[in-house]
Formats: sequence, structure tokens, C-alpha cells
Amino acid sequence: MSSITTTTTIGTFAAPSRRNTELALLVFAVLIPVFAYVNVGLAKDGSVPAGALGYTVGLGLLAGVTHVIVRKWAPYADPLMLPVAMLLNGMGLVFIWRLDQEPSLGKAMAPNQLLWSTLGVALFIGLLIFLKDHRVLQRYTYISMIVALVLLIAPVFFPGVNGAKIWITIPGLGSLQPGEFAKIVIAIFFAGYLMVKRDALALASRRFLGLYLPRGRDLGPILVIWAMSLMILVFETDLGTSLLFFGLFVVMLYVATERTSWIVFGLLLSAGGAVAVAGFESHVQVRVHNWLNPLELVNGGVTETAQAMYSFGSGGLLGSGLGQGYSRLIQGIAPKSDYILATVGEEVGLAGLMGILLLYGLLIERGIRTALAARDPFGKLLAVGLTGAFALQVFVVAGGVTGLIPLTGMTMPFLAQGGSSVIANWALVGILLRISDTARRPAPTPAPSTDADMTQVVRP
Amino acid sequence: MNKPLRRVAIFCGLLVLALLIRVNWVQFVQSDQLKNDPHNRRVAIERYSTPRGNIIVAGKAVTGSTTTDIGDFKYKRTYKDGKMWAPVTGYASQAFDSNQLEKLNDAILTGTDDRLFFSRTVDMFTGGKQKGGNVVTTLDAKAQKAAFDGLGNSKGAVVALNPETGAILALASTPSYDPSTFAGMSNKDAEAYNALQKKNDPDEPMLNRALRQTYPPGSTFKIVTASAALENGLYTDVDAKTDSPVPYTLPDTTGVQLKNEGDIPCENASMRVALQWSCNTVFGKISADLGNKKMKAEAEKFGFNNDMIDTPVRAAESIFPKDNRPQNAMAGIGQASNRATPLQMAMVASAVANGGKLMKPYMVDQLVAPNLNVVQQHTPQEMSRPLKPENAQKIQSMMETVVKEGTGTNAKIPGVTVGGKTGTAQHGENNKDNPYAWFISYAKTAKGTPVAVAVVIEGSDTLRDDIAGGKLAAPIARGVMEAVIAGEK
Repeated sequence: MSSITTTTTIGTFAAPSRRNTELALLVFAVLIPVFAYVNVGLAKDGSVPAGALGYTVGLGLLAGVTHVIVRKWAPYADPLMLPVAMLLNGMGLVFIWRLDQEPSLGKAMAPNQLLWSTLGVALFIGLLIFLKDHRVLQRYTYISMIVALVLLIAPVFFPGVNGAKIWITIPGLGSLQPGEFAKIVIAIFFAGYLMVKRDALALASRRFLGLYLPRGRDLGPILVIWAMSLMILVFETDLGTSLLFFGLFVVMLYVATERTSWIVFGLLLSAGGAVAVAGFESHVQVRVHNWLNPLELVNGGVTETAQAMYSFGSGGLLGSGLGQGYSRLIQGIAPKSDYILATVGEEVGLAGLMGILLLYGLLIERGIRTALAARDPFGKLLAVGLTGAFALQVFVVAGGVTGLIPLTGMTMPFLAQGGSSVIANWALVGILLRISDTARRPAPTPAPSTDADMTQVVRP
Repeated sequence: MNKPLRRVAIFCGLLVLALLIRVNWVQFVQSDQLKNDPHNRRVAIERYSTPRGNIIVAGKAVTGSTTTDIGDFKYKRTYKDGKMWAPVTGYASQAFDSNQLEKLNDAILTGTDDRLFFSRTVDMFTGGKQKGGNVVTTLDAKAQKAAFDGLGNSKGAVVALNPETGAILALASTPSYDPSTFAGMSNKDAEAYNALQKKNDPDEPMLNRALRQTYPPGSTFKIVTASAALENGLYTDVDAKTDSPVPYTLPDTTGVQLKNEGDIPCENASMRVALQWSCNTVFGKISADLGNKKMKAEAEKFGFNNDMIDTPVRAAESIFPKDNRPQNAMAGIGQASNRATPLQMAMVASAVANGGKLMKPYMVDQLVAPNLNVVQQHTPQEMSRPLKPENAQKIQSMMETVVKEGTGTNAKIPGVTVGGKTGTAQHGENNKDNPYAWFISYAKTAKGTPVAVAVVIEGSDTLRDDIAGGKLAAPIARGVMEAVIAGEK
């Protein structure tokens, strides 16, 4: 493990904890959504919304409590991740509340979303308090695998929603999107598994045409994961989740083994699988068709895809202003979840949307920085796994909505409406903060060596 | 593990970069295109978010706006006497887009036109709502009413022009439709709209017959043929005998004979007499003697074969075809493949009445900003000179004879010099369908030549001979001319 010694950010001197930086940033992370909230109210009704004070106090409290907890239980954690997550969550609540003001989009969802966000923050706090060391998770490698499989397979037995079977519906209680949690659990499994197997995977290989070809038996796990992600695609018709898990595995395998050949295999397998499935799965074909012809009329009507494109286009550089756009034209529930970025693009324009995307970029790069700084291989793998999953999800959702890639049914982390998503992502940030706290914590000062005493020259 | 980690970091950075490039593409490069896409409902929402400007006739608005609470539009278009004015205004519907003046001047009416930039900027600073400008038309309300009422329940169209300027004074088409009935977006509006479509109503009420329908012009085209004869020097004296046998055998045929309607004095008749009684033989032979090329050239000077006659609503192209000799002879009496819009025939009458000078027809006089500043003023333009002034005089005297003592006596107005020409165009195979009754005319007063009219009535099933035009269409033309002259005084 040569890399441990090359990690230079850690020293015995006390690294600045940067907790005050985090506090200052958190103030902005609370104030910006509050201003946005007031802005929506002024634009829609000409008055400051009645809930403004409550919202400010609520968001301020969430931010304040998390900050105090981090200061106490993870004092050396990364100072940027919490404010960025808080800001994205706050802006998400504002956009959902803004869309609640459109009667055509059904019942209000912002209050529930606030509740889920609070639960997510509670889980975040719980993780920081009770998970003293992320290496504890390593013990649960194989349990994680079973939990992940159950979470991934369960939706098959529940009715699909909008063509994708990604929900577990519990009558009376609501529904759950297990994929969001599976993404964390599976990262734990991969990290634990690869840490043990990585030497075998990396070293026992033949060199062929400049690439290290893995042995057949080592190829097993990657083929299993590949088959599983294809099965998700076929049985749950969920392109996004399938892509996410396969991509996540390839990234972690590459980091663990340092072998480029795994990337090549990964890309070949995913491309082959995607083409094969697209050949007979009509759901996927429709998505690809919509992607290639975004403005096409279906039965004389404008599709959701086209409506989203019109939203983005109409927003232009600076946007129509919060509360003044027409993203309600994207009918149904989707404007608040899958298509929330269209509202962002229309109302705060290209400038605002780039800002939001850069916030995601910042969170992702801080996550990878945490992986770089981590001192143990499990921590590195887990951090890069969680961050990679997050990055892929952001890319798949934002790319799908803006028409860069075919649309898949996933939610924008923190921003979009959806309880499972916001809770899972707070947990994800919690684990990353725990790893970064461990990584940046100064090493204990070496105890005075007794041997040294023996060899001291004692001058008379 | 740090080397692959750094590469993963770069990879994630590239993913975000790809997203940033994509949103720049969509929201900056493609923005205008998406923003103004006809299927982007925001365009319509914007159009109906403020009261639309009005279309003005003789100082009064024939359109209006009313507030609605259905759907996402705030205002809805209303029309006064919608059926009468529909061929002028067109429609603006929340659900079915718009057409004609409503469409062509949409930017002015909505208030988004670049020329209204100043007033928009003022509105922005004073907090006022964006307002639409008005479209001031050249139409004459009394003439339009005379035309519309004159057509009554029959199918047809009337166009009246001011020969001196080209201003359109009347533009009626029947059966018509009331654009108010489908201005909104409710189910009732959709039903009304569907009922008006050609597949549900064979009478095509939404067809603007005055501008967009072409008919065989029949004998009214003999004016153009006579003009060609004079302009090309085939005959110089309209009272001199022509070389015209009766019946006339069409050139290049084995005995296909062209005959006249009834027993009229056509053999070697002078052009004046031939026009007075509408002799097919005389004008068919003139057309044949001149040849297709010269006939076509003269017709084109009057505006035929021009698909760019914008009033600003574009008129359908009237056709004088390139054809063989017998067909060309038939085209010379307004049959065969010869087709003309009512506007075209009004232009023919108007050019003759204006001393041979054809003015470009137009119906929008001014575009006016919400603050009443004129942003665009039409100045009359000459389109072409189909006739020399002396030849125009000759045609005028012939047309006046037609009204005084020929087929067009129904158009006589006491104290006013009226010139005209009747026409009854056969159509259908072997003339089996009901013919079209035509009448074109102009009126002269002491002050000048205020009006030229073309009237066409489809399917006059009672009368098949050449009297039809004089009997059915001439009274309508007279009514319109009287209305214009009364308005002058």
C-alpha cells in the first residue's frame, strides 16, 4: 500500500479544522433559499409568503444543529460538503414550493419534502454521532451484499409507476425508492469486497496488446454485476439504476486494481448490454426515440420531453424570474421530481442552472478529495464509490432532462421531490464527512520511545 | 490508489463539464428557436396575456378583447360583425392559432414588435402592462356592408378597390364565419372550429374567396383581350369593323366551333359592339390572332401569373397559361385554363379606370403604436402600366357602353358614369356544373374615379346564359359603388 506514504495532507501538526468557514458558508446556504422563497411569494402574490419566518427558522435550525453536531463529533470534516448539501436541499424546497403554487400540478408536496429533509438531516446527525469510525462498516461487507440484492430485487414484486418498476409501495404508508438506499449499501459491499480481492484482481493477469487481461475466474464478479444490472434494466425497466450500479462497480474496480483494462471491459460490456436490451425492450426504445426527436408531436400533442426543452429554451440566459415561468406546462408529477431542473433552467436561467450544476460539481470533487486524503484503502474505496454513484446520478438525471443522453427515471439528489432520495443522500454526505474527518484528523503525537531513552548520550 | 483516483476526479469533472456545455447549448444557442417554437405554449400565453391591439375600419375597431378565466390565457379575442369582417381580419384563436391580418400583424397587435421597443421600455419603467398597437385598414364600412348584404345567402365574393391608390374598400366572401365562435379554447370553441372545416362543411365558410379562390373569369376577361388588341395594334379603332366570322372555327382544330350565347350581332362586329353583347367569336379570334405570347404578356401586366400579390394577406396566383392555339383562343374569352381571383378582376377594372395605371392593392393603411404614434404608413405604389392612357380611354368608353345599352344595364347609377363588363363562366366537364356569374365595373364622379369592383357568384343555377352576370352580380356591384360614392360626398 504505497499510497499511504504519499498522502501528504496528513501530518502530526494540527490541521485547521475550518469549522468557522463552514459556519459562514452555512449562513449563505440558509439565506439564499430564504431570499428565493420570498422572491417566489412576491412574484406570485405580490406579498411575502406567510410561511417565510417559519421556513427561515426551520432551515436555520437544521443548519445550526448539523453544524454544532459536526463541530462536536467530526471536527476535522470537510467544510464545504455540508453547506453545499444544505443549499441544494433548501433550493430544492423552494422550487417544490414554487411548483406547489400551480393548482394544475396537484397537491402540495413541499411540507412533506421538508419533513423528509428533516428526517434526512436526523439520519445524518445519527450517523456522525454513532458511526465513530467508517471502518466499522467493513465488517458488514457480505450483509451489505444481501441487503443490496434485496433492495434491488424487491421492486419487481410491486406495481410499476410511469413505466419503471423502482418503487416499493406499502399501502397506507406511501412508497419507497429502494434504489436510492441500495446505492450506499452496494458501495459498502464493493469497498469491502474489492479491498480484499484487489491484489488478486490486479496482479494475476496476462498482458495482451498492452492491456492486462484478467483471469477468467477474476472476471466472474464483474460478469455477475453486469448480469444483475441488465436484469434490473429488463425486469424493472430502469435504465438509470442499471447504468448507475454498473458504472459504480467499474469505477471502484479501476480504483482498487489500478488496471485500465477493467475500464475497457466495463465499457464494452455496458455498451453491448445496452444495445442488446434496447433491441427488444420497447420502453428503452421509446426513451431513445424521444431523445433523438425531442420536439416531435405525439398524437398531435406536445410531449413532456418537448415541454422540458421549451422550458429550458424560454429561460434563456437569465431566466424568467422565480415564480414567473411556465414549467407547469410539463404536466403531472414529474415537474417536481424528474424535471425539476427544467424549472430551475426556466426561472433562474442559464446562469442559475450553471450555478446549481457547479454546486454538484463542487460536492463531487470534495468527495473525491476525501477519497484521496483517506488513509485506509477501505475508506478510499468507499469515498470514491459514494461520490462516483452521486456523480453518475447527477449526470444521468441532468443529462437526461437536458437531452444530452436518453431520459431515465431518477431524481436529482437534494433538489428533486422524493423522500427516499433526500434521506439517502443525507446519509451519503454523512458517511463522506465521517471519512473526511478521519482523514484530516491529525495523527496522534508519537509516544516518547523508551528505546530512544536508552541510547541517549548522557553528558556528565 | 491515488493515480486512478485523480483520473476518476478528472472523469467526474468532464461529466459536469459536459452538462455545462449542454445547458449552454440548449439555453443560449437554441434558446430563441425553442422560445418561439409554435408548439411552445408560452408564445400563445404571451399573446393573450394583455388585451390585443385592434383592427380598425373607418375609425372604429372591428375587433376587441375580453377577459376569460378558462385555462392559462387572460384575454380572448372578440369580433364585431365577425362574419362580415372575417375575410379582412382573419381570426386569432387561443386554440387554433391565427391567420390573415391577425397573424401577419401579430407582433404589432401583441406589442412585441421591435418598432414598439420605446413604448415597451416606458411601460417597463412606469410599471404599466405591455400594450398592443392597432392596425388601421383602408376598408370602407358602408361599402363592405353593401357587399356582404348584397351577396346574402349566395356563395361568392366581392372586392372593391380605389383605382387611384389601390386601397381595398370592400373585401367580402360568403358563406362566411364568425371568428368569435372559436376565439377561445373551450370544447365549444373546438366544436365550432371543426364544424367550419371543409370536411364538415362543403361550402368552406373559412375559405377567403375574395383573395384565395380562383375562378374562370369568363367574359370579364374580354377586357384584358381588348386591351391586348389595342396595345399590340391589332385594332386601333374600337368602332371599326373587325374580321370575325360567325361561328368561328378554333385554329388547329377540325371544325371545333366557337359560338355566341343567343342571337347577337357579332359577325365582323366592332370591338365596342362585341363587348356590348359579349361576342365570344370576336374576342376568341383576337386572342388567336395575337397569339399566346402577347396575350400572356398583357395578362401579366394586369397581375396574372404573379404569386406575390400581398395585400398584405397574400392572394392566390391568377393564371393565364402558356397554351396551344385553340386553348389560347378559349383563354381569351376567360375559359380553358384561365383562372382569376376576384381581387385580380377588380385590379383589371381598376387599371382601366385609372387611365391604364395599375396600383398595388393594399388594405393596411397604418400601423399605430399604443401611444398613437404611427409606426408604419402605406404609400400607394404603382404596380405596372398595362394600358397607354389613350387605350385606357377607349376601353373605358367600351365598358361604359356595356352599362349604358349592353349586358350590364343593371349597374347604372343616375348621375354617375359607370363602366362594366358581365361574365358567365362555364365550369365542369361539358359545362355541367352551375356557371359562375361575374361582374366587374368602375364608377366615375366629378371628383375622380373612387371605386372599381369585382363581384363573383358561384352556382347561379337558374341562369346559364350570359345575362347571369348582369342579373345577379351587377346589382351588388352597383350597391357597393353607390355606398362608396355616398361616402365621398
